[in-house]
Amino acid sequence: MSDTQDPPQLYAAREPIFPRRVKGTFRTLKWWLMGFMLGIYYITPWIRWDRGPQMPDQAVLLDISSRRFFFFMIEIWPNEFYFVAGLLIMAGLGLFLFTSAAGRVWCGYACPQTVWTDLFILVERWVEGDRNARIRLHRQPWNWEKLIKNGIKWWLWLLIGLATGGAWVFYFTDAPTLFWGLLDGTASPVAYITMAVLTFTTFFFGGFAREQICIYACPWPRIQAAMMDEDTITIGYRSWRGEPRGKQSVETSGDCIDCMACVNVCPMGIDIRDGQQLACITCGLCIDACNGIMDKIGKPHGLVGYLALTDEPLEKAGKPDKPIWKHILRPRTIVYSVLWLGIGIGLVVALFVRANLDASLTPVRNPPYVILSNGDIRNTFDMRLRNKHGEDRWFTVSATAGGDVTLALEGTDELRVLVKASDTLVQRLYVTAKAGTVAAKAHHLPLRIWITDVEGPDIPKAERIYKDTIFNGAEED
Amino acid sequence: MCAKPIKDDTKTKVGTTGHSWDGIEELNNPLPRWWLWTFYLCILFAIGYTIAYPAWPLISGATPGVLGASTRADVEKDIQRFDEMNAPIKSKLAAADLTAIEGDEALRAYALEAGKSLFATNCAQCHGSGAAGVQGLGYPNLLDNDWLYGGAIDAIHATVTHGVRNTVDPDARNVGIYMPAWSDKAVGALADMATAKLTGEQIGEVVHYVLKISGQAADEAKATAGAAIYTDNCVACHGEDGTGNRDLGAPNLTDAIWLFGGDETTLTATLMDGRGGVMPSWGYATEGSPARLSEADIRAVAVYVHSLGGGE
Repeated sequence: MSDTQDPPQLYAAREPIFPRRVKGTFRTLKWWLMGFMLGIYYITPWIRWDRGPQMPDQAVLLDISSRRFFFFMIEIWPNEFYFVAGLLIMAGLGLFLFTSAAGRVWCGYACPQTVWTDLFILVERWVEGDRNARIRLHRQPWNWEKLIKNGIKWWLWLLIGLATGGAWVFYFTDAPTLFWGLLDGTASPVAYITMAVLTFTTFFFGGFAREQICIYACPWPRIQAAMMDEDTITIGYRSWRGEPRGKQSVETSGDCIDCMACVNVCPMGIDIRDGQQLACITCGLCIDACNGIMDKIGKPHGLVGYLALTDEPLEKAGKPDKPIWKHILRPRTIVYSVLWLGIGIGLVVALFVRANLDASLTPVRNPPYVILSNGDIRNTFDMRLRNKHGEDRWFTVSATAGGDVTLALEGTDELRVLVKASDTLVQRLYVTAKAGTVAAKAHHLPLRIWITDVEGPDIPKAERIYKDTIFNGAEED
Repeated sequence: MCAKPIKDDTKTKVGTTGHSWDGIEELNNPLPRWWLWTFYLCILFAIGYTIAYPAWPLISGATPGVLGASTRADVEKDIQRFDEMNAPIKSKLAAADLTAIEGDEALRAYALEAGKSLFATNCAQCHGSGAAGVQGLGYPNLLDNDWLYGGAIDAIHATVTHGVRNTVDPDARNVGIYMPAWSDKAVGALADMATAKLTGEQIGEVVHYVLKISGQAADEAKATAGAAIYTDNCVACHGEDGTGNRDLGAPNLTDAIWLFGGDETTLTATLMDGRGGVMPSWGYATEGSPARLSEADIRAVAVYVHSLGGGE
């Protein structure tokens, strides 16, 4: 550190940012994306999906109280949580793929923080005017105008926050019921508290914290640096074309006229001409701003634009850029894609092969076996039978084993048991081997328990699954 | 892509930390001021917390805090809440016809769950967490289909309520009745009950007779001699065919299940020194001394034990 510098400040107030309105390709794309994503978020809980009587008709529903996750035709039970885990892993790998290919596209276009901040800035501009008007309002002392404008703005923000929190709770219970419940005050306190928390966080994060969330709070931008390399397409300033900055009338000037358009539109308040930096979310607005200026001064687009670090020496030497696909198609993106696809295909296959009956079989190993009065050896198993059908079903059990065994169910003389629709039943199963038989004397006998949901007149196809386990005999000394 | 290094930019008054790794330097940016405020707020919160909640350690305990928060009190409240919640089904369970409990889905579900935890708390010490008992010590296995006093729900209920051979409950099963000590060398209460004094040889003969009727390898000559001694001394309790007597808690000697063990050594020890297992009374109450378990709890345990695989 040189001696000429001022002593460093330990803390500093946030510099307020007043992004200027901009028009262009990326801004248009972002408007469409914002509409699309907010639409998905707000509309999804209202989509209905008929699953038959007794079942919820909400297409996407996280039913925590009865521990079910509904997604259109898919119904996930808690023991199938690996589907959710798989989806989360896919989401992670997807982020890795996009980041290694095209930098912080998630941050710039799709992140809720970006989308809602964009929406809040839009509201701010409607109420207070564009950048210069907002700066003026910010600087002037508190008066009626400032109070009223800020008041309107905050109320609109709060309404957006309320809608955001409101939409969130609809994902967890039947949306229309909850909607009327929220209005007439009969909804669960949890719903109100969740809404209040989300309303506040949306209001605060989108209205006041904004870029501070990306810079100080979010871990993802820090991790992203590890995903990017020289071939990653990102937003940069072509300094070799722009420098030295200055008036166009001066012969030695580059293309950059130092108009600050790229800085004024930036929602993160940075100067892209300083190069790659931690705060840049690659939202593309500086590209739009600069291209607009280039049009006015009659210079080609792309002084600020999407490019990769490897393009820099090529362009400096006057050669054309590497084609985009060569940037994107490289080992790491291929590895990410293959992993992503592999998990995706695995999940889809698992989804289609899974049965509508499901069971787990827990051997009771305390004690490993019981000697009955006639010398027979009995093993006990706890079966957890899950009926994923929309109607009640009888489940029967049978066994194939390396020796003769007989089955019995606790509490019934039959070898079948009724499991209610969309329910789980815990049923005790006894497996007995006659005294003196191979099975009774075996140390370990392979045992396969078959579980079938019984065919009925209106049930076209019975399903059968098996569980492999071990029969413990009374090993002779 | 960068016009010039940011640290040389005259606009920013920020220096570097002076650290340099492979030529990469670190800007010494100030913290945001709001961060500092959150830091102060955390300190304020911590002070408030220590006032509101138990915090400062003292010699025997801690400052209670002005809110009077106590996790122990919370647990007590929770227990009380659950007790109140369970009160209706408990009284229903206590009032229901014993044999009808298992047919009532709600009662059965409650009794099984309650019985399971009651068993783990009160019964597992002797009968084992899996209810398999301990053979060498004479704690019966509750999973099999052999019962000393009966395995029907009402028999199990009676056994749990009054216990076996205990000194407190006058209704306990088998008070004063036990397997006598038959050895001519035995003394004491267990020996006094024996109708005869048997020599070591005679006891060996009875043991072989028992081995024979239980389907085990036995010395035929000894067994024949033992049969006569058995008829003279043992049939009163164990019956002529050796199948036992539930009214007297006399075990069936012909099956594969043994309370203490069915091998020659254990049978000899049983005959010589006698046996008399004890089980506490769980339902006996006197003035000032409540029962260990309520009627509803005993019924829950009975239903649970009845469901373990040996229920009759």
